[in-house]
Amino acid sequence: MRSKEYPAIGEFVCREQMENGLTIYVDRKMGYNKSTAFFATRYGGADRRFRLGGKWVDTPAGVAHFLEHKMFDMPEGDALTALSAAGASANAFTSSFITAYYFECTGRFEENLRTLLRFVSTPYFMQASVDKEQGIIGQEIRMTEDDPDYALYYGLLQSLYRENPVRDSVAGTVESIAEITPQTLYDCHKVFYNPSNMVLCVAGDQDIRRITDIAREILPVEGGERPVRDYGKDDGPTPVRKVNRREMEVSQPLFMAGAKADVSLTGAAAQRLQLTADLALKALMGPSSALYARLYRDGLINQTFLTEFESNSGASFALFGGESRDPDAVVQEVTAQAAAVERAGLDTELFERLKKAAIGEQLRGLDSFNDVCYTMAQGYFRGYDPFEACRIIESIGPDEAAAFLREHLAADRLALSVVSGTR
Amino acid sequence: MQEVCRRQIAHNVSLTCVRMRKFKTACLSITLLTGLERETAAKSALLPSVLRRGTAIHPDMESLAAVMDGLYGVQIEPLVRKKGEIQCVGFRADFVDDDFVPAGANVLENTAALLGEILLNPATRGGQLLGAYVDSERENLINEIRATVNDKGVYAMRRLFEVMCPGERFATLKLGTEAGAKKITAAGLTKHYRNLVASAPIEVFYCGGAEPDRVERALTGALSALPRRSGGGMPATQIRLQPVKEELRSYREALDVTQGKLTLGLRLGETMTAPNVAVLRVLNTLYGGGVTSKLFRNVRERLSLCYYASSAVELNKGIMMVASGIEFGKYDEALAEILRQLEAVKSGDFTQDELQSAKSELITSLQTVSDAQTRLEDYYLEQAISGLRCTPEELAALADGVTRDEIIRAAAGIRPDAVYFLTGKEAEPDAQ
Repeated sequence: MRSKEYPAIGEFVCREQMENGLTIYVDRKMGYNKSTAFFATRYGGADRRFRLGGKWVDTPAGVAHFLEHKMFDMPEGDALTALSAAGASANAFTSSFITAYYFECTGRFEENLRTLLRFVSTPYFMQASVDKEQGIIGQEIRMTEDDPDYALYYGLLQSLYRENPVRDSVAGTVESIAEITPQTLYDCHKVFYNPSNMVLCVAGDQDIRRITDIAREILPVEGGERPVRDYGKDDGPTPVRKVNRREMEVSQPLFMAGAKADVSLTGAAAQRLQLTADLALKALMGPSSALYARLYRDGLINQTFLTEFESNSGASFALFGGESRDPDAVVQEVTAQAAAVERAGLDTELFERLKKAAIGEQLRGLDSFNDVCYTMAQGYFRGYDPFEACRIIESIGPDEAAAFLREHLAADRLALSVVSGTR
Repeated sequence: MQEVCRRQIAHNVSLTCVRMRKFKTACLSITLLTGLERETAAKSALLPSVLRRGTAIHPDMESLAAVMDGLYGVQIEPLVRKKGEIQCVGFRADFVDDDFVPAGANVLENTAALLGEILLNPATRGGQLLGAYVDSERENLINEIRATVNDKGVYAMRRLFEVMCPGERFATLKLGTEAGAKKITAAGLTKHYRNLVASAPIEVFYCGGAEPDRVERALTGALSALPRRSGGGMPATQIRLQPVKEELRSYREALDVTQGKLTLGLRLGETMTAPNVAVLRVLNTLYGGGVTSKLFRNVRERLSLCYYASSAVELNKGIMMVASGIEFGKYDEALAEILRQLEAVKSGDFTQDELQSAKSELITSLQTVSDAQTRLEDYYLEQAISGLRCTPEELAALADGVTRDEIIRAAAGIRPDAVYFLTGKEAEPDAQ
């Protein structure tokens, strides 16, 4: 067991590496009623092609998410009911690159942890329940199809990527999930739910030795092989199409513009890119910038405007967007401002204030157990220490941020997705 | 463990302080309470956004953002909420607590002063709020009101309240009406603003590491220019015990959607003459509040009639709402099952296990209120309005003691009032 103290941010984190390859983190949080446990696998909607028994296997869109739903089935009943009955509030999510199962509770933590570890490591998929789930998830897919934000986001990803499966909905389509059989689920569970591809993160007043004992008691002794996956041919740095427009019932046009970033970076370099990108995007067009003030004043953006950098192992991209009566004008203004930064650099005073604000935001995130667990898992999968973020932020200079903008916000790198009202 | 204290710091201004040292951030909110009225709701809703645009000292968003970034990224959000028929408008700030910033940064004092400045010293010209700010925020408000159609679940709930409570103030959206918003002028809003800061009861909430005396000092300084007119108490909510008509009223509307939204509104009835919050919350959790509830287990899991089905209670108003997402063709079946499950609760057709699971779920949820500042803030605002005085932990203990008979008694008077169904255009034969 190793532990590390971070006095500047008041955190104390223990880490254990088990014989079967599972890594366990505990962020000791004192004075709270609740504890959170978060059990994640590096497997998401984009992991559709992988090696199994020496051969490449292709799976339909939506398996990771379908599997997440079906994991809760246990021979003795529904794991969610068991967790709820023991006072835990549990949930799960599937993103393009991660599937996570987590609960929060105020008592009976060890009992709930046992349930969590047991159901996630026990594949139990019956034909009848797979058939039934196709109906339930079919409804979920229908619901997301009515959601303009969802259409907007995938509209952008489909403009950025041609090959990378990140462009397809994590939930799949009604047609793709119809192809799923119990055997598909068993195969994917075998490849991706082995301890060496997983991480267990806990936040709360819990002892890592007890947690390790429980994990040893419940999880398989042998870790499987590390999965080998394929995200397809590299799509290159420029978008596959510039604009994607859709009509839906919305009151005012929604837009999201974005650009791809380097995915070859790992470890501290990937973390630094993430933090630099966040600062750079805020310096250029965040609420403290001159550009934001002007666009807001001219009624081109409103309080829904946001910037983001999504960093993943298989696909990283910067994006900005919100509601606007004239999305094209906003994109034009942003690229013009990025060009101006290229000439004159970033305002250094503004940049220093933004760094203070970014440190405040990191500290704020530490108060959320879900955020803490998620960033620990993300850090583990990407190979960096998330608790070093404040220190890294302090070391980032305006030139580094300007270089990020120069590379990514050039007009030829950007794609635009727009959802506007039906006439 | 939490130390809670409540003090009056000026006429009709109360401060609730929850001292807790476990967080790295602190939270400070100032909320003005006013009766929800169809005619003025949009004005009150618009106010925080206009005030947040700039002050006499920091006249635009850029200069405000510069101060806030310098204070380690303090965030100040305009907030508009609706509790029963009370509209709650104001600001919530959250900021890094003392232990994690250099000594002498005084983030609490500086944030309190900034909040006071935003509330009491707005950017004006000729004694009026700036026309440019009023115009642009009015457009944002109109868009926000129109955008309630974007999330179909939220939209269906909004329409349910409109059809269920036609003669009641509760039917008004917390943001007000589009027509009301369109009529707002800088002069009219300024008048409304002056009236509101002088007469609305104000709730101030703080949660963080500072001791209450220091918080009070920071706030009395920040609010020293607050004008206070005598009189004026907490606005009231009218509670209707019975449905509008004897039989269930049903409404249906078609939009371009692929999933139907069935929403049902119920009156809690006689139990609202002396409402027992703990009993009603256990009842709701048992019926449709959580994943162990009757609605979740039967309508969703057992019969696969929907993707989700849940209930919630608005105890300030004495109503219960059921929301579910269904296939268009399953309307009759789903509604029948939702009502059948209500009858099951009324007739005591629930097991000891079901009751215990509901209690566990509710108790956990209440205990974790104290682990998140935004939830605590909302909890104590709710308390200030309802007049109830207990911590989330105390309410959890009361919930633990709720009996089967208490639930059956409270449920006896619950009656469905209106159902609103949002369906797809292709599902409506009339559309052809």
